[in-house]
Amino acid sequence: MSGGDLREIRSSDDVVRVRQEVRARAQALGFSLVDQTKIVTAASELARNTLDYGGGGTVRLIELRNGARTGLRLEFEDQGPGIPDTEQALRDGFTSGRGLGLGLGGARRLSNEFELVSQLGQGTRVSITRWK
Amino acid sequence: MSDTEVAARLLAEGEVEIIAEWLRLQETEGGGGSGRISSAELRVQCDRFLALLRRGLNQGAETAQDAAFAELRDMLRDLSRSRAIQGFTPTETASFIFSLKEVTFRLLQKDVGAAWALNRLLDAFGLYTFESYQRAREEVIARQQREITELSTPVVKLWDSVLALPLIGTLDSERTQVVMENLLQNIVDLNAEIAIIDITGVPTVDTLVAQHLLKTIAAARLMGADCIISGIRPQIAQTMVHLGVDLNVVTKASLADAFALALRRVGQSVTRVVPAARAGA
Ligand SMILES: Nc1ncnc2c1ncn2[C@@H]1O[C@H](COP(=O)(O)OP(=O)(O)OP(=O)(O)O)[C@@H](O)[C@H]1O
Ligand SMILES: [Mg+2]
Repeated sequence: MSGGDLREIRSSDDVVRVRQEVRARAQALGFSLVDQTKIVTAASELARNTLDYGGGGTVRLIELRNGARTGLRLEFEDQGPGIPDTEQALRDGFTSGRGLGLGLGGARRLSNEFELVSQLGQGTRVSITRWK
Repeated sequence: MSDTEVAARLLAEGEVEIIAEWLRLQETEGGGGSGRISSAELRVQCDRFLALLRRGLNQGAETAQDAAFAELRDMLRDLSRSRAIQGFTPTETASFIFSLKEVTFRLLQKDVGAAWALNRLLDAFGLYTFESYQRAREEVIARQQREITELSTPVVKLWDSVLALPLIGTLDSERTQVVMENLLQNIVDLNAEIAIIDITGVPTVDTLVAQHLLKTIAAARLMGADCIISGIRPQIAQTMVHLGVDLNVVTKASLADAFALALRRVGQSVTRVVPAARAGA
């Protein structure tokens, strides 16, 4: 999907910036404090995965207005090594690094819609949506 | 005689005039930094620069990178650095060189070759002051960042053996390292039994922040202190549940609640004093 605004994720400063922008947008869209916190936290997890495991990438921020519904969609994309077993990666406690292994599953639980596509040697795409 | 030698000779001959005109230009064009350095100090800097410039030219140095200009470059670096710290703008700083260029360009018109050689050199030295200035500013910013990092994570002693660590802002890993070491050191120094970590000021608690908290809690435990986490706002609590993060410690809504609990644990209590006057009334 095109449209929206593209942001680079190349450093941990970028992760901070992505969080700040997601919060500002969620606020502007009138999200409740709980919903703001949920999408900001999910964004933080996915942005850091993009940086740490994907070797950097991008996020596209898309504001959705479908009739009466308002939402925010975030599409994270990298050209990293990809995830060999996505089911395993989503499982709580699984980490190939030194994390808690909760980020991916947590991001899914914090979102209304979640889509993960990964190809070995090609990269990873994670899209989340939170409706107001 | 080479162009550089001619330039050196012309500079020596016109020295008095050059310095006077150079100083005047700097003072009128704000190169003096609006009184941030004294004219005596500026005068010393001008004398020294001109002497070093002549020395290099006499040795036949044609470029600013020449070894014969090493001392001059050092001087410019120090000058740029001290001006950066004193709050000069980059333009004010570089005008030290560019105003000299204006003066010598006029005086050296008699010899085009010499004027040209000197012009090129002064341009290069002007750029060099810019670069030095910028580098000095970056160092200042980096140092301030480190200071803020340490400043913003104070450990507060609330009571005998009760410490509080109010966390504010983003917990990036560099800062968390400092926070953790600082807290552990204080636990040892003050022989603390309880450390209250207050996260009211932390905007986002994600798995990385949670992991840092968990490590700090575990290390504190090894030093003989128990942690209480306070200031978990409702939206943060909900989010942590969704993430599946369990900090495995006592948590309290506010720092005040955490403090009350800590006092009870160390065998202290707070009681209300009934004022005598009111009791009698
Ligand atoms: N963009 C990505 N590219 C490649 N591998 C990824 C990517 N995102 C996640 N993974 C893999 O999935 C695993 C699980 O990710 P998850 O975010 O759940 O845990 P973590 O990042 O290891 O730890 P935590 O997020 O709890 O700090 C990672 O350890 C990594 O192996
Ligand atoms: Mg992760």
